Amino acid sequence: MNYVIIGNSAAAVGTIAGIREIDSTGKITVISDEKYHTYSRPLISYWLEGKVTDKNIYYREPDFYEKNGVETILGKKVTKIDTEKKCVILDDGLSVPYDKLMAATGSKPFVPPMKGLEKVNYHTFMTYDSAKAIRSELKKGMKVLIIGAGLIGLKAAEALAAHDTDITVIDLADRVLPSILDVKAAAMMQRHIENHGIKFVLKTSVEEFSEHSAKLQNGMTVDFDMLIVAVGVRPNTELISDAGGKVERGIITDMTQKTSLDDIYAAGDCTVSYDAAAETNRILAVLPNAYLQGETAGRNMAGRENYYLNAIPMNAIGLFGLHIISAGDYNGEEYVEETENTYKKLVFRDNKLKGYILMGDVARAGIYTGIIKEGLDISEVDEKLLKEKPQMMMFSKERREEKLGGIIK
Amino acid sequence: MKRVYVNEDWCLACHLCEYYCAAANSGAENMVKAFKTDGKKPIPRIKVEEGEKVNFAVQCRHCDAKPCVKGCITGALSVKDGVVSVDESRCVGCYTCVLSCPFGCIVIDEEGHRIQKCDLCVKNHNGEPACVQGCPNRAVVFEER
Repeated sequence: MNYVIIGNSAAAVGTIAGIREIDSTGKITVISDEKYHTYSRPLISYWLEGKVTDKNIYYREPDFYEKNGVETILGKKVTKIDTEKKCVILDDGLSVPYDKLMAATGSKPFVPPMKGLEKVNYHTFMTYDSAKAIRSELKKGMKVLIIGAGLIGLKAAEALAAHDTDITVIDLADRVLPSILDVKAAAMMQRHIENHGIKFVLKTSVEEFSEHSAKLQNGMTVDFDMLIVAVGVRPNTELISDAGGKVERGIITDMTQKTSLDDIYAAGDCTVSYDAAAETNRILAVLPNAYLQGETAGRNMAGRENYYLNAIPMNAIGLFGLHIISAGDYNGEEYVEETENTYKKLVFRDNKLKGYILMGDVARAGIYTGIIKEGLDISEVDEKLLKEKPQMMMFSKERREEKLGGIIK
Repeated sequence: MKRVYVNEDWCLACHLCEYYCAAANSGAENMVKAFKTDGKKPIPRIKVEEGEKVNFAVQCRHCDAKPCVKGCITGALSVKDGVVSVDESRCVGCYTCVLSCPFGCIVIDEEGHRIQKCDLCVKNHNGEPACVQGCPNRAVVFEER
């Protein structure tokens, strides 16, 4: 069997693991337009901050490809999938044949049209190269303007703050991390980040850029030496849509991660997932999801039928030492506890835990994640203990025996 | 594979397993040095839960699903011979594993800004898991099931 994987990040590595569980000899080729050994994309902010070096930004050990019998074609871009001839075409014209193909194409930074942006030498923050480009221009005391108070923008802010820069973050939303946090948690996080010297201007956008300043819709003007656009990302779906595959906001797959095209699979940030908590389709662009989708796809590609179920949105975020863990869906009846430094919100619907936010004290949060994924009915646990904190004590003795007592699935 | 199991009917909630675990993984020579003289607060990787009627200890199940390893953003968590362990030098303390573990068995090392977890004492020189050796009531056992 001849497997080809487009992409070289978490979904690709998951695919390799999934294939190798079943097929130890089939040929695997990884193709990526980035020239690097597989590296951890979320680590680029730690790298920029200086906490992680070139040596340990890697996602898997240096001998990973060799150990897994993987050939790599790095620094070359796939321009087309030819489904008739069953091959992919590279930007240098080379064609690589496949029996089973994985599109782990990820996403790209979304840069909305903004007046005057063409006059600015701006950065995005998504790849190792983009982090290197920022690092090479960085100077102490620099004024940095970041457009976007989502995870990418704030991780960039945290990294740059370590370099004595003067940072302003603007966002159209009324709060930081708008797609992840509710109003209260966002306000706590914003205050915490502001205490580290970062300035926020929310509920506004850029009216017009000149080379070193941005005039905002709210009338303010912010000067900058460096501009980072971190408004959001868009899935890389073109290869699949050009080949005639079904694409909506991302690539559509079935539960085996197969696309609508024969022998072509997709996994990771480029795909649409079924969110089991919200019971709807959406893009779940988080690393654990990418890996698990890849793993499921890999097993199927190698011939073992396998389904990826129970995906939910989930995030672990640390900014300037304040940690938030959240998962699931926030529509439902809320149970909230807060102290000066902590915040806990549990969301119940249909007699089930559907989502949660823990801030400050995040210990053992995964017990909540597990309950959401299981779709466990609240009547099966001690509700008081569930609300108190994540703990195995909330389960019945029988269920605990099942969870802890035997060979653990 | 052999795993650590806890008989909740026998657990006294004495927390000795936590002390033995923390000391064994602290790198200190003995319990006194670990807790009294070495300065750094040792962190147990086993956690005793105390209830009204029942107590038990929980630690990494070295489960088949391994969501912590699969979700790890850096590759710091890995599996060898079924045992899940963390390479602390590669952990950045993002706590994605804390988010992922359905048993609540990833322990946060706040001082170190990273995580710790049970590795069945394969990385220290204890031989058998220290929690098992330290249990006075044989509530914590290390066995194949």
